[in-house]
Amino acid sequence: MNTQLVYLDHSASTPLDPRVLDAMLPYFSEHYGNSLAVHSFGRQAERAVEDARDTVARVMNCHRHEIVFTSGGTESDNLALRGPVQYALTQGQPITLITTPVEHKAVAVTARQLRDTAGAALRVVPVDEHGRVSADDLRAALQNLPSGGLALVSLIHSNNEIGTRNPIPELAAIAHEYGAIVHTDAVQAPGHGPLDVSALDVDLLSLSSHKFYGPKGAGVLVVRNGIDFLTSHSGAKHEDYRRGGTHNVPGIVGTAAALELAMNTWPETAPRLAALRDRLVEGIMDRVPDTRLTGHPADRLPGHASFAFAHLDGNTLLMLLDQSGIAASSGSACKVGDPRPSPVLEAIGLGPEWTRGGLRLTLGHSTTGADISAVLDVLPKKIRAARQMPPSISV
Amino acid sequence: MSGGVDSSVAAALLVERGYDVIGMMMRLWSEDCGTGGSNRCCTPDQLLDARRIADQLGIPFYVIDTQDVFRRTIVQFFIDRYAAGDTPNPCLECNRHIRFEWLLNHALAMDADFLATGHYARTQYGAGGRVRLLKGLDDAKDQSYVLSVLSQDKLRHALFPVGDYTKPDVRRMAEKLALPVAQKHDSQDLCFLADGDYRRFLAEHAPEAIRPGPILTRDGRQLGEHTGLPHYTIGQRKGLGISYHEALYVLTTDPAKNALIVGTQDELGHRGLIAGRVNWIAGDTPLEPFRADVKIRYKARPAAARVSPLPDGRVRVTFDERLNAITPGQGAVFYDGDECLGGGIITRVDDDAR
Repeated sequence: MNTQLVYLDHSASTPLDPRVLDAMLPYFSEHYGNSLAVHSFGRQAERAVEDARDTVARVMNCHRHEIVFTSGGTESDNLALRGPVQYALTQGQPITLITTPVEHKAVAVTARQLRDTAGAALRVVPVDEHGRVSADDLRAALQNLPSGGLALVSLIHSNNEIGTRNPIPELAAIAHEYGAIVHTDAVQAPGHGPLDVSALDVDLLSLSSHKFYGPKGAGVLVVRNGIDFLTSHSGAKHEDYRRGGTHNVPGIVGTAAALELAMNTWPETAPRLAALRDRLVEGIMDRVPDTRLTGHPADRLPGHASFAFAHLDGNTLLMLLDQSGIAASSGSACKVGDPRPSPVLEAIGLGPEWTRGGLRLTLGHSTTGADISAVLDVLPKKIRAARQMPPSISV
Repeated sequence: MSGGVDSSVAAALLVERGYDVIGMMMRLWSEDCGTGGSNRCCTPDQLLDARRIADQLGIPFYVIDTQDVFRRTIVQFFIDRYAAGDTPNPCLECNRHIRFEWLLNHALAMDADFLATGHYARTQYGAGGRVRLLKGLDDAKDQSYVLSVLSQDKLRHALFPVGDYTKPDVRRMAEKLALPVAQKHDSQDLCFLADGDYRRFLAEHAPEAIRPGPILTRDGRQLGEHTGLPHYTIGQRKGLGISYHEALYVLTTDPAKNALIVGTQDELGHRGLIAGRVNWIAGDTPLEPFRADVKIRYKARPAAARVSPLPDGRVRVTFDERLNAITPGQGAVFYDGDECLGGGIITRVDDDAR
C-alpha cells in the first residue's frame, strides 16, 4: 500500500490555515466570554465578533449589518430560503421558489420541504450540458409569478460536484427584472476568484468557512439590507434577530481571518491550481477511455476536476483509490453502500451508463505536481480494475 | 463485517495476527431499506457499529452496494423456489453467489489474498494443497452447513478466524477488546425480512406463491383446505385445521395440484432423498458410494447414511433410519466426522429407498 497520501478532496474540506488557528486560539480558553454579557469578558468577545464582521463585510464589499454568522453552509442555505419564506407566510403572500437541479442538498432538500410545509410553488430551471443556467431558461421560469408574492431564486454560484460557475450577475439582473430576490450558494467560491456581493447583485449569499481553510462549524449568510427576513433559527437578539444562539467566537474570528486570506491570495493560487488541474484533466482524458470531463471546460473552479467514467461504479473506484492513498470523492458517493445515480450528472444529460461513475478531484494549497503525477500513474489502473469488478452472476 | 460479534472478533483476530486487514460490508437488499424501518442486516446501526469497530481496530472500512445483485439473485430465488413448492435456503445461495463470488471478487480486485468471515468453521490444508472444510470447534454454532457450496478455488481464499473458538470465547474476546458489540444478539437467518416473518413476506411479494388449495391424503381424499403451501412445513402436526380420528402430519406437497398431502405418523418419514446441484469440496466426484453423516437442515442432527453419486451428477442419500423432515429446497450436506465433504440441494424424497 502507498504510504504517501494524496489529498484531492478540497471541495469537501480544507485544512485549517495555521495563521487562522493562531487567530482563533485565544478565544477558546482565554477570551471565553459570552458576547452578549455586560462585563469585560463579554465586551472582549463582542469586539472580536464585530471586528470579524467588519473584516468580512470589507472583503466582500457589503455592509457590516448584512453579515450573519452561522454554523456553516447548510445553515446559511437553510436560513436564506426559510427567512424570506417565513416572512412571506406572516404576510399571507403566495410563495414561489425557483431553483436548479444541480443545487447542493442544503438548498434542494430545503426547497422541497418548503414546497411541502409552506405551500411554496417550486419551479426548477433546467441547466445546459455544463450545468449552467441560461438567461432564457431563467426568464421562462419567471413568467406568470403571482402578484404581490415572494419569488426567491436560488442559484448555485460554483458547483460543488462539477465545478461549473454560473453567470450570477447576469442571472440576478434578470430575476430582479421580475421582482424576484436572489440567493446564491457560494460555498465553493472563496479562494478561487473574486467574490464581491455588490458586483454579484444578489440578495442572499452563503459561505462555509472550512471550505477556505477556516474552521468547521462556522459560516456566513449575507442578507442585503431591505430583504424581508423572519428567521427560522429563533432565540435571543444575536445577529439582529436573524440567527439566535451564542456566538461561536473562535469560529467567527477564524472565518474572518480565513476569508481575508482567501480574498488576498486567490490571484496567486488560482492560476497555479488551474495549471495543475489542466495537467490532471489532460492526463486523464488521454489515458482513460470512455471518459468525459463533467462541468464547464473553461469557466470552472480552478482547482476542480470532475469526470464521468462509463460503466464504472464510482464508489468502487473511491475505495480502490483510498487503498492507494488517494483521497477523492464522487457525486454519487455514499459511505453506507447505497449509491444513487448522481442527480447532477443526470441533470447535465448523461445517461445511466455514466451517472454512477462520477469522480471529483479537487486541488488545494498543498497540492503539488508530484501529487498529479501520482494520480495519473495510479488512476488508469484503478479504473481498469473497477470496470472489471462487477462479475456476472447467474443462478 | 456485519457489525455483529463474530465478524468483529474475526477482524480483531486477524489484526492481532499481523494481517493487513480491510473491513468490508455488503449492503444487502432488505424490504424496508431506505425507509428507516427496523430492518436488520443493512441498518445504518449495524453499519455504524461495523465502521466504529474498524476504526477501533485501525483498519479501513468500505461498504459495497450489493442491493441490486442480492435482490435479483437471492431474494428472487427465494420467491421463485417457494412459488415452485420448495422450501429454499437462501443462505446457501448467498454464500455461493454473493459472499464467495461477488464479495470475494471485490476483495481480490483490491489485491487481497483472503476473504475472512465470521463463520464458525475451519479450513485445513491437506496433501497436494487441497483445502479441507471442517466444522467449527463449537459444535452448537457450527456453520459449515452453509459453506458446503464452496469449491477449492474459493476455500483457498477463505479464512474463518472464529472457527477455532466457542461462541462464549468469542464473546469474551469481544469484551476484552472492548468491542461495543460483545453483548449483541446473534443475527437471524433471513436477513432481508423486515420482521423475520417469511409468510407475510411471500404474501406481499409473491402472492401467486400463496394460493389456497386442497388438503389430500395420499390416496387422494380431500380432508380440507390449506391457506397456501408455504405456510406448512413437512412433519408439521398442529394447525392443519382438520378433524380426523387420528393425528395427521404434513407428509409432502404436490405443487402441480397445489395440494398439501397429509397422513398418519406411520406414513411419515423417508429413508432417502435425491439431491442436485451437488458440490464436492475436494473437487472430484467420488466414484463409489460411501458412508457419511448427512445434515438435511442447518439445525438438523447429522444422520448416518449411504451417499451414492448418480451418473447424472446428482446423489442418492439412503439413511439408516427414516427421517421425518426431508424438505425439497434445503441442503443435504455430507460429513465424515468433522470434515464437510460437500452437499447438494434436495430435489425430492426417494421412495425407492423406503
